[in-house]
Amino acid sequence: MTAEASRGASAPPELVQLLTPEGERVEHPDYDIDLTDEEVRSLYRDLVLVRRIDLEAVALQRQGELGIWASLLGQEAAQIGSGRALTDADMAFPTYREHGVAWCRDVDPVKLLGLFRGVNHGGWDPEEHNFHLYTIVIGSQTLHAVGYAMGIQRDDANAATIAYFGDGATSQGDVNESFIWASVFNAPIVFFCQNNQWAISEPLEKQTRIPLYRRASGFGFPGIRVDGNDVFACLAVTRKALEAARTGQGPTLIEAFTYRMGAHTTTDDPTRYRVASELEAWKLKDPIERVRSYLFKNEHADQAFFDSVDAEADQLGADLRRRCLAMPDPEPLDIFDHVYREPHALIDQERAQFAAYLEGFAQ
Amino acid sequence: MTILSLSKALNEGMRKAMEDDPKVLIMGEDVGKLGGVFRVTDGLQKDFGEDRVIDTPLAESGIIGTAIGLALRGYRPVCEIQFDGFVFPAADQIITQLAKMPMRSLGAIKLPVVVRIPCGGGIGAVEHHSESPEAYFTHTAGLRVVACSNPADAYTMIQQAIRSDDPVIFFEPKRRYWEKADIDTSSTDWWPPLHAAKVVRPGSDATLLAYGPMVKTCLEAAKAAEDDGRSLEVVDLRSLNPLDEPVVMDSVRRTGRVVVVHEAPVNSGFGAELAARITEQCFYNLESPVLRVGGFSTPYPPSRLEEHYLPDLDRVLDAVDRALGY
Ligand SMILES: Cc1ncc(C[n+]2csc(CCOP(=O)(O)OP(=O)(O)O)c2C)c(N)n1
Repeated sequence: MTAEASRGASAPPELVQLLTPEGERVEHPDYDIDLTDEEVRSLYRDLVLVRRIDLEAVALQRQGELGIWASLLGQEAAQIGSGRALTDADMAFPTYREHGVAWCRDVDPVKLLGLFRGVNHGGWDPEEHNFHLYTIVIGSQTLHAVGYAMGIQRDDANAATIAYFGDGATSQGDVNESFIWASVFNAPIVFFCQNNQWAISEPLEKQTRIPLYRRASGFGFPGIRVDGNDVFACLAVTRKALEAARTGQGPTLIEAFTYRMGAHTTTDDPTRYRVASELEAWKLKDPIERVRSYLFKNEHADQAFFDSVDAEADQLGADLRRRCLAMPDPEPLDIFDHVYREPHALIDQERAQFAAYLEGFAQ
Repeated sequence: MTILSLSKALNEGMRKAMEDDPKVLIMGEDVGKLGGVFRVTDGLQKDFGEDRVIDTPLAESGIIGTAIGLALRGYRPVCEIQFDGFVFPAADQIITQLAKMPMRSLGAIKLPVVVRIPCGGGIGAVEHHSESPEAYFTHTAGLRVVACSNPADAYTMIQQAIRSDDPVIFFEPKRRYWEKADIDTSSTDWWPPLHAAKVVRPGSDATLLAYGPMVKTCLEAAKAAEDDGRSLEVVDLRSLNPLDEPVVMDSVRRTGRVVVVHEAPVNSGFGAELAARITEQCFYNLESPVLRVGGFSTPYPPSRLEEHYLPDLDRVLDAVDRALGY
């Protein structure tokens, strides 16, 4: 890897930004956005609550209540910004880290824990929230999102899909195939890549020699890089891309340039592969702090507001903890449920045999 | 009654399914204007349009992955994999997503996707065009795996597979595509359930268990054996997952001897599953071990050698001799 090439992947980003890390509002010729004070406060609340859900889940994992957790620390703005850009009719296809998007889709946070606690593989009804199930296999969901978008086309519906994935996922065949499909069929889809710089221990340079958003042009659709720690910019850019998709202008690739401040998952040890100074530098770009200072500086919110959000977060955390602990183990025979929709002789046979076996202990 | 080849029977079955349900879509490589490399989808795009018969980019994972998305949106995609050996790029989407997603949602969603795979050898093709990958899929919970062997079954089974709310892997015996039979397309009275096995020839000395392309081979073997005074029963499994155990075990109990015949390599093949189940359930009815006839533990050979690789009458009858010799 040459120095030049490695700079290509992580070059100082040409990105859309509407709110600086210092909390200064800046203008952008193509992507400006009008937000009422109320809307900004609401985004702030989302960011804080989602971070709290995440912190609580990390703590629950540490205490052995969850097997593993994939933290979104640092990626709140990318998720809330894009998630709040969706309309009810749009469909989101997440990875395993989209807790903030799930929040925007009204998925009860305790349901996110089921997968990580091991009581189910993802227990919400995707259609109820227009938020699909978490996908563990890297990149798979991007194709589902395109197929769903092709369905929207056939239904002539005023909707779009959004597919979430990471920088590592851009190396997968499925993601590249999904770009081809989306382009060839002009599907109403937004590809939302959260470039958090790392795929477990592998830095971006192991996935690409060019900035990721530029990949799109090779597939024949626009790509854009946005400051992933700027909730305003993420909202504005995603809203525009979704609108383009809904109005027949085809796909857009958004690269949200952000940073994974925590470990990849609770089983990961980032001290083995990344330097502390990198994290320190990104802490200065914290997605929540900048909205807070914007609100504060411009007197769009007072201390009482911040206190009330913090209090709400405390309560949400405590509530999540309580409900996590109350989540019971499934029944043994649940193993056989939902494998098929229609009766299946082998499943019935094995269920009956296992039930009889368990009965033996009861006597 | 209409005389139809197996490929035309599939075509008519899909046409019927598309007429009955506007949500049914056909997708795959070359399925549109060309009608597929075996012409199984011939004329469907002309009649149903490009939105319902979709010529896709050349990427198997993409075909299955987008079919899943379409199914999530309420469509019923029927995907064509051009040849058996090319299903492997799609294996990830089939195994990790298609098979498991309904369970992942605790039953909230259904994925009525059919994956059609022309399978097996005997047509003198090049590498990767003659394989029998069924065991990879019968090993995967969440999929239904079926194999048709004749035009009448092809016509009914494809419609039943499309109507199923579960994902179905649908094997088509490519070397039988051109075989013809009389089919009653006006009534559904004669349709057996999708997962019913059929005794296609009754007999009393031994049972031949087969599916897909080997059913015809076994029928021919049974006919030849008759000249030697041997009565062989032939069971067409039709469905591998789920397996119609009552029909299989009933036949085994009557004859006491079993030869399983398939084209796939014997090692870890579906015949091993049959042998194990039969042994578990019919141990005291067996007069001889369950014998298997199939491909070798080698890659499918160049076509000039395939007549040696593929089970034929002699190999089936040789196994019958051994079974009867116990
Ligand atoms: C196909 C596949 N290979 C490997 C893994 C194991 N794995 C889980 S997450 C991950 C890194 C993903 O990186 P990226 O796509 O950048 O997403 P991030 O977690 O950083 O948001 C890997 C290798 C997997 N889940 N799926």
